Amino acid sequence: MIQRPTILSRRMSLAFVTPAAVLIILFLIYPFFSIISMSFTNQSLTGAAARNPQFVGLENYTNLFDFENWMSRGEFGSSLWITVQFVFGSALIGQAGLGLFIAILFYRRRDFFRHLVYTLAIVAWITPDVVIAFAWFAFLDPFTGTLNNVLGLFGISPLDWLLDYPLVSIILFNTWRGTAFSMLLFTSALSSIAPSYLETAQVIGASRWQQFKDILLPLLQTTIATDLILITLWTFNTFTPFLLTGGGPSFRSELVSIYTYRIGLQRFEFGAGSAVAVVVMMINLILASIYLVIARSRRPR
Amino acid sequence: MASVKLAQLRRTFGTVKAVDNVNLDIADGEFIALLGPSGCGKTTTLRMVAGLEAVEGGQIHIGNRNVSTLPARERDVAMVFQDYALYPHMTIAENVGYPLKVRGVPPADLQRQVQLVADRLQIGGLLERRPAQLSGGQQQRVSLARAVVHKAQVTLYDEPLSNLDTKLRLEARAFLKHLQREVGVTSIYVTHDQAEAMALADRIVVMNAGKVMQADSPMAIYRRPANTFVASFIGSPPMNLLPCKVDQAARILRFSDGQSIQWSQSVPAQASDEVTLGIRPEHLHWHAEPAEERLGAEHFVTQALGGESVIVLRLGEHTLAIRQFTDDVPVLPSRVWLSFDPNRVYFYGADGMLLS
Amino acid sequence: MKRFAPGRWLVNGLSVILALFFVTPLMWFIFAPFDPTPNLSVQLPETFSLDNFQTVISNATAMRALLQNSVFISGSVMVLTAALAALAAYGLSRGNIPGRDILTTVLLLFSSVVTGTASMVPIFVLIYNLGLFNTYQGAILTLVGGALPTSIFIMRDFIDGIPKSYEEAAMVSGAGSLRIFRDIALPTLRPGVLVVAILAFVGAWGSFLIPLILIRNADMRPASVAFYQFYGDEGNPNIRAVAAYALLYTLPVLLLYLLVNARYGFRFFGGIKQ
Ligand SMILES: Nc1ncnc2c1ncn2[C@@H]1O[C@H](COP(=O)(O)OP(=O)(O)O)[C@@H](O)[C@H]1O
Ligand SMILES: [Mg+2]
Repeated sequence: MIQRPTILSRRMSLAFVTPAAVLIILFLIYPFFSIISMSFTNQSLTGAAARNPQFVGLENYTNLFDFENWMSRGEFGSSLWITVQFVFGSALIGQAGLGLFIAILFYRRRDFFRHLVYTLAIVAWITPDVVIAFAWFAFLDPFTGTLNNVLGLFGISPLDWLLDYPLVSIILFNTWRGTAFSMLLFTSALSSIAPSYLETAQVIGASRWQQFKDILLPLLQTTIATDLILITLWTFNTFTPFLLTGGGPSFRSELVSIYTYRIGLQRFEFGAGSAVAVVVMMINLILASIYLVIARSRRPR
Repeated sequence: MASVKLAQLRRTFGTVKAVDNVNLDIADGEFIALLGPSGCGKTTTLRMVAGLEAVEGGQIHIGNRNVSTLPARERDVAMVFQDYALYPHMTIAENVGYPLKVRGVPPADLQRQVQLVADRLQIGGLLERRPAQLSGGQQQRVSLARAVVHKAQVTLYDEPLSNLDTKLRLEARAFLKHLQREVGVTSIYVTHDQAEAMALADRIVVMNAGKVMQADSPMAIYRRPANTFVASFIGSPPMNLLPCKVDQAARILRFSDGQSIQWSQSVPAQASDEVTLGIRPEHLHWHAEPAEERLGAEHFVTQALGGESVIVLRLGEHTLAIRQFTDDVPVLPSRVWLSFDPNRVYFYGADGMLLS
Repeated sequence: MKRFAPGRWLVNGLSVILALFFVTPLMWFIFAPFDPTPNLSVQLPETFSLDNFQTVISNATAMRALLQNSVFISGSVMVLTAALAALAAYGLSRGNIPGRDILTTVLLLFSSVVTGTASMVPIFVLIYNLGLFNTYQGAILTLVGGALPTSIFIMRDFIDGIPKSYEEAAMVSGAGSLRIFRDIALPTLRPGVLVVAILAFVGAWGSFLIPLILIRNADMRPASVAFYQFYGDEGNPNIRAVAAYALLYTLPVLLLYLLVNARYGFRFFGGIKQ
């Protein structure tokens, strides 16, 4: 192998990369292996197991997948099922659907309304979690909350959203919160489609629906796939709804991320918490691999 | 300034032989053009001389130094890049002066030299601007100035004019030629534009698939292409190439469409069965009547280009071109007979090499 | 020619509905901070007053959290992330590291697999064992570690888009590696560094979980966590304080958005994460 002249020598490149590498190894690579090894122990913060963790084999996993009662409230299966509904409703339907809708609605349009909608969607996306959580707490308030007030205008009687419909609430919340990403992704994909594609179809006399179905949708295919995978990955791992509902009432909005937090960092059962984390990481690994495959196939060369 | 010697230079990328045994002696002060189609290894050769690409085999000498393994900064070469590579955050003066600054030239001296070179390249009034504020032609001259101020032993150019539009390119070409006459520094100039190479170079090196096809003066390359590749690459339209069989005894040429003509002119002794006859379009003439030494062909189309016309003919599955210098559009019958200028016909062997 | 778009009135009508959808949950923050007697509904204040801000400003813990802890933590995360990401990305893009593309892909994979909630436990244990529990450094390093992969992707994308001929011209001019990095690379990287810095700052400014877990000392907590001190013991918020504090806390993020939007337009900068 010939040593190609590079701008940085080998030694210099390593010097450049090392500081970041150290932190990444500490906070990314080490946790990965640490979680896996911890998941086979009964380690905890307090008690005998803290000083002297025992190897417990697959016990943490068999507890998780105890199919007798894993679907009862506050158990892993139930939490997983809640998460699946949450991802489906807020990411796949909510964020991707609404994001695509907005991007197409404002396709080749640069007016005040577009500016307004984009700015507001982005503000909803970048405002810090705790502020957003409080905003929604007020928005959903059963007595004076804005949502009930608005629904009242249409003759719908007030609902106690967080108490009676916690899952619906966090789905709405997460849709609102994260639509901006899909919207921006689809917008940039649309803007790279040459206008001549649609103009050709128009000259032939295709209807709007045909233009959408036959031209735009096929061209957006990989972008849509990319978007769905990414937002599924993030939504699956998001912790923010905790700030709105705390996972309750009685675990009815307890996503897997919140479940992990409760077991690992409220009950300090590190072993059991790690087992959940390992399962979560496996699911992430599958999603991320799909993403990489799509991203690679998209790149020329 | 110094001479440059490339000896058995090689570089492969995976299975691609980008540079394949290139040998070249460049005299002190000579201006060499590396000419060839895209992907033939011109840039790779140049970058090896610069030290930006590793030398896989062979050697590079600059003067009497073997620089093959030296890093770029120790080779004392200047280079003009296709995209100019002007640093966007520096002023024109800082850009031009950078090679001097790196060498630790004192500021006053640096400024004087920069001003001198800038004036010569007619960018003396732009020194306080930034690259983004300059036109393409001006940016190009700044990149030349940076190379000139360097006073390196060799200057390397990688298609420096290819980002300019046609008119600016012609201006810049004249400029470069003028500059070269004044400065006279040893230069290697990469281009895929034969007119540029013809206009600028003392010597043209035609490359194909990593190999040197011919290295000679522009006129020699045009007159006597050493092989069919050079024949078909140089000239526009390029040289006509017709496969034929030579009957030395009967002095007859047989063409692939079945015609044979009498051939009284000299034919190289090695010419026999599989040869290719080459003739430039301006040395081919058409007639309305047949004759013993004339070759019949079908008129296909005539392109009037102003001062000249290009007549395209078909002979079996082959296409021939005639260049006729006239501002009248010639009118041809559908079948014509062709004659060849004596001494302008070349024969190439089965291996594509010129027979003599 | 007819455009691919439904009628103008339909679009405008839909735009208004969408705008309302996004703005309604936030509208409360427009009025409540200036209302001396706010409740949880959106209402115009009867009298416009800055009393709520007075209350918050006189709360020393809250102000320290905002102006000292949050600023220090986010500022440090910003500087460290931008510096380390720029160095690493430059090394990966222009350096001589075997398998650097595979390395980048693996990093990409790891960073999306080992997420915040999954790695909370080991990071907590790690910080605890390093003796960094309840320190600024623990939270800062954790946040930097979390921000680095994305930042490195963004920077690498950015650097890969810069022509190598800049540095090659400098090499031929006789400059050495460090000099090239200082004179040529750093100045051309500046816009990318700025983007990464802003993203790191906004990320750290809004982060809640990591400081919550890693900093127990109430005097050291950043604004995101200190926010909850305006909740009473039964979890009932002091609405007046919350409204004013939330606005103060959100302001820097909004200003940065405006700055980025004005300078570059809000767009995508590669990478698998937001
Ligand atoms: N860095 C590289 N990696 C792989 N292949 C390369 C590289 N540089 C050049 N090549 C290949 O080497 C051949 C010659 O390239 P180049 O010297 O750039 O040609 P030219 O400048 O004559 O157009 C081409 O086939 C090209 O694809
Ligand atoms: Mg080239």
